[in-house]
Amino acid sequence: MASYIIKRFLIMIMTVLVIATLTFFLMHAIPGSPFNEERGTNDVVQANLEAHYHLNEPIYIQYFIYLKSIATLDFGPSIKHPTESVNELLGRGFPISFELGMVTIIVAVLSGIVLGVLAALKHNGFIDYLAMACAVLGISIPNFVLATLLIQKMAVDWELLPPATWSSPMHMILPTMALATGPMAIIARLTRSSMLEVLTQDYIKTAKAKGLKPYKIVIKHALKNALMPVVTILGTLLAGILTGTFVIEKIFAIPGMGRYFIEAINQRDYPLIMGTTVFYSFFLVFMLFLVDIAYGVLDPRIKLHKKESD
Amino acid sequence: MEKLLQVKDLHVSFVTYGGEVQAVRGVSFDLHKGETLAIVGESGCGKSVTANSIMKLIPSPPGKITAGKIIYNGQELVTKEEKEMRHIRGVDISMIFQDPMTALNPTLTIGEQLTEGLRQHQQISRQAANQQAMDILDLVGIPNPKERLRQYPHQFSGGMRQRIVIAMALICEPELLIADEPTTALDVTIQAQILELFEKIQKETGIAIILITHDLGVVAKIADRIAVMYAGKIIEVGDKREIFYHASHPYTKGLLLSVPRLDRPEEKLIPIDGTPPDLFSPPVGCPFTARCPQAMEVCEKVYPYQTALSDTHQVECWLQDEKARKPAVL
Amino acid sequence: MEHLQEKTKTDHSPDTRNIPDEWFRPKAKDIKSAEQVVRPSLSYWQDAWQRLSKNKLAMGGLLFLIFLSIMAIFGPVLSPYTVQDGPLATQNQPPSLNHWFGTDHLGRDVFTRTWYGARISLFVGLMAALIDFFIGVIYGGIAGYRGGKVDNVMMRVIEILYGLPYLLVVILLLVVMGPSLLTIIIALTVTGWVGMARIVRGQVLQIKNYEFVLASKSFGTKPFRIIRKNLLPNTMGPIIVQMTLTVPTAIFAEAFLSFLGLGIQSPYASWGVMADESLGTILSGHWWRLFFPAFFISATMFAFNVLGDGLQDALDPKLRR
Repeated sequence: MASYIIKRFLIMIMTVLVIATLTFFLMHAIPGSPFNEERGTNDVVQANLEAHYHLNEPIYIQYFIYLKSIATLDFGPSIKHPTESVNELLGRGFPISFELGMVTIIVAVLSGIVLGVLAALKHNGFIDYLAMACAVLGISIPNFVLATLLIQKMAVDWELLPPATWSSPMHMILPTMALATGPMAIIARLTRSSMLEVLTQDYIKTAKAKGLKPYKIVIKHALKNALMPVVTILGTLLAGILTGTFVIEKIFAIPGMGRYFIEAINQRDYPLIMGTTVFYSFFLVFMLFLVDIAYGVLDPRIKLHKKESD
Repeated sequence: MEKLLQVKDLHVSFVTYGGEVQAVRGVSFDLHKGETLAIVGESGCGKSVTANSIMKLIPSPPGKITAGKIIYNGQELVTKEEKEMRHIRGVDISMIFQDPMTALNPTLTIGEQLTEGLRQHQQISRQAANQQAMDILDLVGIPNPKERLRQYPHQFSGGMRQRIVIAMALICEPELLIADEPTTALDVTIQAQILELFEKIQKETGIAIILITHDLGVVAKIADRIAVMYAGKIIEVGDKREIFYHASHPYTKGLLLSVPRLDRPEEKLIPIDGTPPDLFSPPVGCPFTARCPQAMEVCEKVYPYQTALSDTHQVECWLQDEKARKPAVL
Repeated sequence: MEHLQEKTKTDHSPDTRNIPDEWFRPKAKDIKSAEQVVRPSLSYWQDAWQRLSKNKLAMGGLLFLIFLSIMAIFGPVLSPYTVQDGPLATQNQPPSLNHWFGTDHLGRDVFTRTWYGARISLFVGLMAALIDFFIGVIYGGIAGYRGGKVDNVMMRVIEILYGLPYLLVVILLLVVMGPSLLTIIIALTVTGWVGMARIVRGQVLQIKNYEFVLASKSFGTKPFRIIRKNLLPNTMGPIIVQMTLTVPTAIFAEAFLSFLGLGIQSPYASWGVMADESLGTILSGHWWRLFFPAFFISATMFAFNVLGDGLQDALDPKLRR
């Protein structure tokens, strides 16, 4: 187990390094300085500004300064929000995005698993077809379409729920629904197919031959094995949800990180782009790491054997 | 001897999108207390389906018992509800499956898997259950049972796992054990050990065993009686000596000739030509006709009746009919 | 044994008098007929097609996609309007005989723009799938075929790439290269091929140890030929399924980016751009401006998803009987 964790940890560090390096050099490949368009800046001011942001140093020095700063989780000042550092912006926006993301993944995982298990147990029955029809629809409808549809119907036409912002649990329902439907559908389908496969396994037959009660067979023998593949895709789903928050935040006018990020891209605010990208990547890679560890805990075979990467 | 199990005219079908497969077509046999009955035949002949039917573990749909009776200790099983069957499975009848590598749940400890059946059927404490599990592991020949209980299946070899599977089947002290190809997936040396284990268990517990296999070597070692299945029917049944030395169905003879024998190395192995019939549309007559070296016209048109060659030896073949013997005399 | 049979036979035998004696003569040996396979044998692809054509949902999806492709090619040509401009006088008109899908806030014909958007979506989806296919098959094929150290290093690289959050990479590339169709396609494939490579590698690893491959090797066949002749055809099933499922992901990503204002830029039409521009219609009641692009994105993704599912069922050899 320890060697497994160490291996995963090293891969995490490598990934983070690749992301950081990639981001840095991509940003510096862009022609032009962010201060070119600033009105009223003369050469001296520009030089001062560049010195302030270390833009006048050779590129490898800048790279090391950059590596050092991200190692200490200091993402530097924002260029377009001169009074605030990237950390402050992150500190303001990220908790809200994080909350949206976490609520979404919890809703998606729970409802997805329940739907998938029900569908598998009633294989080829009405519930199965209904659940899978919903799942395919859920996967097919992009979250921004679903979001506008939900606002149109639930908020504008029927006036059941508030259409925007993120101030109370009632406000959280629509954005969460819009964002959770896709991942929920993916989880439901995966749970169903892996559950169906597990149910044909010999050890399920053995359990039946022991005369165990059906619910015991499902919960103790089938579910734990069936959820393994679900755990493995959690990381990817999380990445999807977090990027999905950008679009949901835009539609529902939620003051999360998404707005700053898009703003930063459009305004070429390099430190902010780099900061948010690297921060988000770190967060996701760390989540993937946690998921891998969880997988190792769930599957006793990991402890002895090296996990094959597929 | 007392009859433990009677199977009467059992029919099992599977409905697939290609049509209905009649996997078992009127199988009847008896099993006495403490004896070992081997059901032999090629793959696809319906022997595993028969075994699963006794436990009522046919996946349904698509499978279904369409006719017949299964009487265990005076109780009719075919009509029993799933709930009632749960009190029979594992308690009165247990079953072990072919592949020990997949028969154990990889995510649960051996101890958990051994005791869960026990704890469901008999209301006993975890400690008492563990004690019983250790005793049974001892019986099937697994050393250090106490530590072994805490381990997971992947920490055991194939032969060890099959011992655990057998222990799991025995823990509630059933009267009947159905073993579906229990040694097929194992190395030859391990096979012998497992067969010896079966003999030992039978001696110590007096359990009756139905052994499903295609391996006549296994049969020769531990069976008391042998039923030969072909295309969903039992075509010949008799005690071990009768089948091995006085086989009378051409298929049984063919089976015996296709097995290598160390005591007569000069003999050539003779394979049975052809393949078994398609059970989507089983033939009206004897299903073996097309491959039978002694086939007659009648074989194709009418299914042969059962002929008793002794109290224990019955065969279903037209060659036993008087009319078939006359031209042969010519 | 003989006398035993004599003794017990008669009392059990049923009436066989009405069976003619001739039937009891030995039959001419006809082993051949026993060897005959009763059902006609189908090739893998014929069999798969037969299964697929039975799947109504998947066939519906296929028909829709054929229809969409035809409209994407001919739709904008057939229409008298252009994508980029329309007279302001006709802005925000509901669907009518002149404008089947209505017009938008700049008086542009939504019908024309919708099919133009279909072109973009299908193009992005297919290109992404094709590029994924080439890179994935080559990379995964080499990793799986060579195995050992090569495989180990190549898989570590994949694991690192797999950890890269895909939309963030996309966004970064968009910042550097500027928003364009090419950028979107490159960005999508930079991380997209990883999934394909993993599948191909897994399949190749499994199949390369099968006897027919070993046999081919023992004849001295060159590796490239073995990969092309033995391995690829046998991995095509999962590869095709993966490609079918890549397309909707790519279509979604394009729409998503365009919706955020990072993809195709107005006045060019993409379903994402159209949806973005019509966000305000929720309150104004110009529902058609949002409805048509939203409907076609969803329907296209739905069609690809059900087709992919159908293909998966049809091509999965495990289900084949």
